[in-house]
Amino acid sequence: MEQKIAVKVDDLTVAYNYKPVLWDIDLEIPEGVLMAIVGPNGAGKSTLIKAILGILKPIAGSVSIYEKPYEKQRSLVAYVPQKGSVDWDFPTTALDVVMMGTYGSLGWIKRPGQKEKKAALEALEKVGMLPFKSRQISQLSGGQQQRIFLARALVQDASIYFMDEPFQGVDATTEIAIINILKELRKAGKTVIVVHHDLQTVPEYFDWVTFLNVKKIATGPVKDIFNDDNLTKTYGINYKVSIQE
Amino acid sequence: MDLQEYFSLVFSDYTLRTITLGTAILGAVTGMLGSFAVLRKQSLLGDAISHAALPGIAIAFLITGAKDSNTLLLGALVSGLLGTFWIRGIITKTHLKSDTALGLILSLFFGFGMLLLTFIQKQPNANQAGLDKYLFGQAATLVESDVWLMAIVTGLCLFVLLLFWKEFKILLFDKDYAKTLGFNTKTIDILITSFIVLAIVLGLQTVGVVLMSAMLLAPAAAARQWTNSLSKMVFLAAVFGAFSGVFGTAISSSQNNLSTGPVIVLVASVFVVFSFIFSPSRGLLFRQIRFIANRRDLEQQKTLAFMYHIAETHDNISHPHTIKILNNFQGFTRKTLQKLVDKEYVMLDGTMWSLTQKGFDKASNLYNQQAKEDE
Repeated sequence: MEQKIAVKVDDLTVAYNYKPVLWDIDLEIPEGVLMAIVGPNGAGKSTLIKAILGILKPIAGSVSIYEKPYEKQRSLVAYVPQKGSVDWDFPTTALDVVMMGTYGSLGWIKRPGQKEKKAALEALEKVGMLPFKSRQISQLSGGQQQRIFLARALVQDASIYFMDEPFQGVDATTEIAIINILKELRKAGKTVIVVHHDLQTVPEYFDWVTFLNVKKIATGPVKDIFNDDNLTKTYGINYKVSIQE
Repeated sequence: MDLQEYFSLVFSDYTLRTITLGTAILGAVTGMLGSFAVLRKQSLLGDAISHAALPGIAIAFLITGAKDSNTLLLGALVSGLLGTFWIRGIITKTHLKSDTALGLILSLFFGFGMLLLTFIQKQPNANQAGLDKYLFGQAATLVESDVWLMAIVTGLCLFVLLLFWKEFKILLFDKDYAKTLGFNTKTIDILITSFIVLAIVLGLQTVGVVLMSAMLLAPAAAARQWTNSLSKMVFLAAVFGAFSGVFGTAISSSQNNLSTGPVIVLVASVFVVFSFIFSPSRGLLFRQIRFIANRRDLEQQKTLAFMYHIAETHDNISHPHTIKILNNFQGFTRKTLQKLVDKEYVMLDGTMWSLTQKGFDKASNLYNQQAKEDE
């Protein structure tokens, strides 16, 4: 059966100053996979996501979502930024942050109403944060803040989810809770792309993987390409996957 | 004139009423917009903008030769906006950090402005005197048309704020995310910044170039202490700003020769200091009180738990023990022991203590609770 391509990246090149951060990336992500992007620090993992989502302007290259330019398909895409990218002392509540997930479909000027509030409450429920809905966001733990961000993306009810290190700084319980939600999303036919740091858990959590170090090293099913060879090519050191058994 | 006289005159006296209304409206609009500047961590932007407005005032005077405040403020607006866009340009196009860019533009424009002012003062023109009032402001020069202008801008600002509330909020909290939702963040950004520039320019006549940034920051910083909701913060900042304006005007006009702008800023600072100390959730005072209370509670609980462990080893939980064995236990003081006695958790008999049934139950509860939380 021919699998549909959810995200297609062509010749993507990004540079902040002089040195390219991403060089000539071609990438096809099939629909319905749970994919990890792995690579060393400075490999351009977050940059890749940001460039795909148009947060950063690439020097060259194009991105299409289900065979149409990304700009026309925004409503199909949801984003979970790194937790540290915002100021959590901002005067607002957990529910309010989750509601922001509805702003995209509302468009300019229109305010969220009962329908949006209901959707936000459901998303909070899904991530187990409903009891904290009125909590000021600075009074949430790191793991709870991460779940709030996840809930905000869930509210968007997208087909494709991009997540930037959702497991960073969360405890084991939260990590399990988050991965269960990601697996549920996959089960529902969604495509989930995750910047991931912990190589140990790649085979356990993901079915698809992309190795990245400025250039794309490899991409494909975890069971086929998650091996010493690719890890060594990506991380530059002789890497042994003693973890697979 | 004393304060009482001021308040009885404020409704009847034309000049007093105009000035008071002007400073109140100014305080409200700068407080509102200041909240956005503070939350965007652009507190110094206001300072740079107000200083950048000075050469505009001077150039407007040189071109028109008139001291009409609207013309001069138009000049201020143009050079304020120019300064702002230069700052943005420097930040995006070079490696310089925003504080450097702000500092550069602030001193460059202010220096140029001062140069022009001294140049103007040397001109053989009887009309030139008084431009330096824009340095520290002179509320007494406010006339009815100035107040009208302020009211119109404030109304417009309020309208835009309500219309784009959701867009402003998401831009302030998470700009990148707003972009992925399809919002043109640059437009929202320019909208907010333009209003901040406009509010600053309006305040130059009253508060002056040098102190204007305090009008933006002080009410917002004070308001942040009292609430965890953006809308309440903006509202409170507007209220604090307005009150600073009114009280500042009242104090300065009841004491002869006190310049209004600095007094308004001082009143706003009093709001800030008061809020930093007395806010129930974020204030220093209550935080310290909570901190001490928590420590005391924990000390008592620790001591009680320690006693519980000793008592546990005996069949009779009320078996008396000597106080001496507690002395080795860190965190134990006579005071905590007395507190425990007061709560009837512990009985004292000379140098011996024993746990009561109530104390034992309490301690075993604590113990279970702790174990549950650790799970």
